[in-house]
Amino acid sequence: MSASTHSPVLKHHFGDLNQQHASERLGMWMFLATEVLFFGGLFGAYACYRLWYAAEFEFASSFMNVKFASINTVFLVTSSLTMTLAIRCAKIGDKAGLYRNLLLTFALGSAFMVLKGFEYAEDFHEGILPGASSFGVTDLKHNIKTDAEHAGLDTGKVRLFLCFYYIMTGIHGVHIIIGLGCILWLVQQTYANQIPPENYSTVEVVSLYWHLVDAIWLFLMPMLYLAGAHIPHAH
Amino acid sequence: MTTAVTSVMPKIAPPPPEPAPAEPNYLNINYSLWSWLTTVDHKRIGILYLVSITVFFLAGGIAAGIVRLNLLAPDGAIVSEDAYNRAFTAHGVLMLFFFLIPAVPAVLGNFLIPMMIGAKDLAFPKLNLASWYVFLVGAMFGVWAILAGGIDTGWTLYPPYSSRSSTSNVVPGVFGVFISGFSSIMTGLNIMVTVHKMRAPGMTWGRLPLFVWSLYATSLIQLLGTPVIAITTVLLMVERVAGIGIFDPLIGGDPVLFQHLFWFYSHPAVYIMILPGMGVVSEVLTCFSRKNIFGYHAVAWSSMGIAVVGFMLWAHHMFVAGISFYSALLFSFLSMLVAVPSAIKVFNWTGTLYKGSITFQAPMLFALGFVVLFVIGGLTGLFLATLGTDIHLHDTYFVVAHFHFVMVGGMVLGYMAGLHFWWPKMTGRMYSDWWSRVAAAIIIVGFFLTFVPQFVMGYHGMPRRYPNYPQEFHVYNVMSTAGASILGLGYLLPVFYLTLSLFFGKKATGNPWSATGLEWQSPSPPPLFNFDEAHMPVVVCGPYEYALGIDQMGRGLPEGPGLGSANDPSDKHGESAAPGPMNKETHVVG
Repeated sequence: MSASTHSPVLKHHFGDLNQQHASERLGMWMFLATEVLFFGGLFGAYACYRLWYAAEFEFASSFMNVKFASINTVFLVTSSLTMTLAIRCAKIGDKAGLYRNLLLTFALGSAFMVLKGFEYAEDFHEGILPGASSFGVTDLKHNIKTDAEHAGLDTGKVRLFLCFYYIMTGIHGVHIIIGLGCILWLVQQTYANQIPPENYSTVEVVSLYWHLVDAIWLFLMPMLYLAGAHIPHAH
Repeated sequence: MTTAVTSVMPKIAPPPPEPAPAEPNYLNINYSLWSWLTTVDHKRIGILYLVSITVFFLAGGIAAGIVRLNLLAPDGAIVSEDAYNRAFTAHGVLMLFFFLIPAVPAVLGNFLIPMMIGAKDLAFPKLNLASWYVFLVGAMFGVWAILAGGIDTGWTLYPPYSSRSSTSNVVPGVFGVFISGFSSIMTGLNIMVTVHKMRAPGMTWGRLPLFVWSLYATSLIQLLGTPVIAITTVLLMVERVAGIGIFDPLIGGDPVLFQHLFWFYSHPAVYIMILPGMGVVSEVLTCFSRKNIFGYHAVAWSSMGIAVVGFMLWAHHMFVAGISFYSALLFSFLSMLVAVPSAIKVFNWTGTLYKGSITFQAPMLFALGFVVLFVIGGLTGLFLATLGTDIHLHDTYFVVAHFHFVMVGGMVLGYMAGLHFWWPKMTGRMYSDWWSRVAAAIIIVGFFLTFVPQFVMGYHGMPRRYPNYPQEFHVYNVMSTAGASILGLGYLLPVFYLTLSLFFGKKATGNPWSATGLEWQSPSPPPLFNFDEAHMPVVVCGPYEYALGIDQMGRGLPEGPGLGSANDPSDKHGESAAPGPMNKETHVVG
């Protein structure tokens, strides 16, 4: 009807771009609510056991590698900044800046995953694993199993914490990988000229998801890594 | 034959634009299979869902048939105990996750929500198509689990049995539930955004049809509840595959936590199932009593009330699972509280019927059946919400009967009412009036015979899920199985006459029931983008102005229901429904 309907990025079933963008934003916010409930189930379960088995959870948490987690936190928070700068670039039509910021975000997210991989490898090497046959199996003389037994703690509950550690970081990692895929998709869309300034909200919608994945990490980090005082262990 | 249309329609008011029969619509625009599999049209996706869930309904019905037949004899008539476990699990999983949850939202909701609010499509058409494929992938896992030998845990999948002891196909079945959950989230999200952002000019929240309100409330539950079952099923699968997990009692895990998480979704899920049925009933009852809905705002807000309160009473499934006395008290109270918005609906429906000019076409019969059966199902729910009686009735056939009164008597009848009400709109054809009424009567009679005996035997202590029972329950089980056979016959009838109507049915007019909603102001079947694109709807009044005799665009209604078939103006039921304003005290909404 009006001239605005001729915008190449306007989809046919919407009246105008405002309506389209408002729908996309609202849709993503609702999806975030879904995600919050998804992780909420995990957090709720964690909260129960954290209260019941405080000593074991604090003990097990002290075996987590805070250095890796801290560096990873810096990576993710910085990636949120570059993601937001990407929105700004899209809005003012700075295509080079959009590429730069999207790729920076991608790089920081990937760095998180790589570091996470190293951390898993280290955990594996030190026997920080929940399985009955793998728990505490390592060349190290002092390990999570012997230390727990020395401290008079229930090793089962220590392993319960490790279940949470792997499930939570694993599911979070899957979310990061999906986010990285979305960022690559944005790069492709930019290349295909599908993100003109009037359609910057596409970047914004992806950024909402990316920020949520960051925000979840900001909860995971203290829950898993900072539950107990980090007394020096033998390793 | 179309001359009859023009001779009937213009008597009352300027007719809605009726296109010539050859006008392109969403069905005849392209017949190729490929065009169906790649469609992003919400109407076609609704039809795709309709076909899929019908298959699962019949499959779940076969499983129910095995269960009922086996209970004909006190020590199992046809299958082994183990096969019996697998049969009732298959019945539960198929019916709940692959039929009831998608039934109204994904079929009727998909088809009707954009039309009812005057939009060209749902907000995210590709997401909508994706939801169907995701549903199919999830369903394939479920089917794989069943064909490969089945699951023997019951649909509730409680660990530690499901995670440690069961040797059946728990993982593929649970994975199927996990995946199909995403399709439910996608549909819910799509509907919510559409209702928020895509309403036609003049379509204020207070003018939304009650079907839209009920699906909005449903979508809220789908959005906030389904992710919790998703994470719960992930945790269960991890535990079963890895041999260790957070519900494992050996390491201090608590299986009751699984029950909490499971019911945090699965109790609100019964409102995902029943709320859309309530929306259908609100539409049908007003149309076939030719009166404005009684208490529009009360009915609309009670949907939201059910959605909100429904999230806070899950633990009433666990009164005997060892939860604390004080939390049991609270959950008992909240369970009774949810009866209030449900009762508000029933009273308002009754008020709508009062002094209405009622006609008894098939949709109305199904809707009236819904009201009666839902009242029985709802009231027996209060027995189970009461702490003392629940200890007596827990895990007996009383629970089974209560649940089926609400889910089958309520929801399936609501679905049938909706399907029959909107079938002319969806297909452009009228089905057999006589056969559809017969089917409605058979279903309701068969239903009573099936489930009333279950109340009795449950009250006398027959536990659910047992293949064997003492001789004293024999007569009730035989009655129940006999009723199930009648019920099964009743369900098969629509499969035949609805299918036949596609080929031999009379052509339907745009508004065969003389209803007021926007979806009826478009031809049957609707064009590709629902409305004439040069004249997108503008809404001027509330959704049920039957007293004034105008639709939501302020135009007069055609002759009343019963003149559904364009070729049959002599239908005697049309006369009882006088068009135009009626001298009835009705509340004008909007």
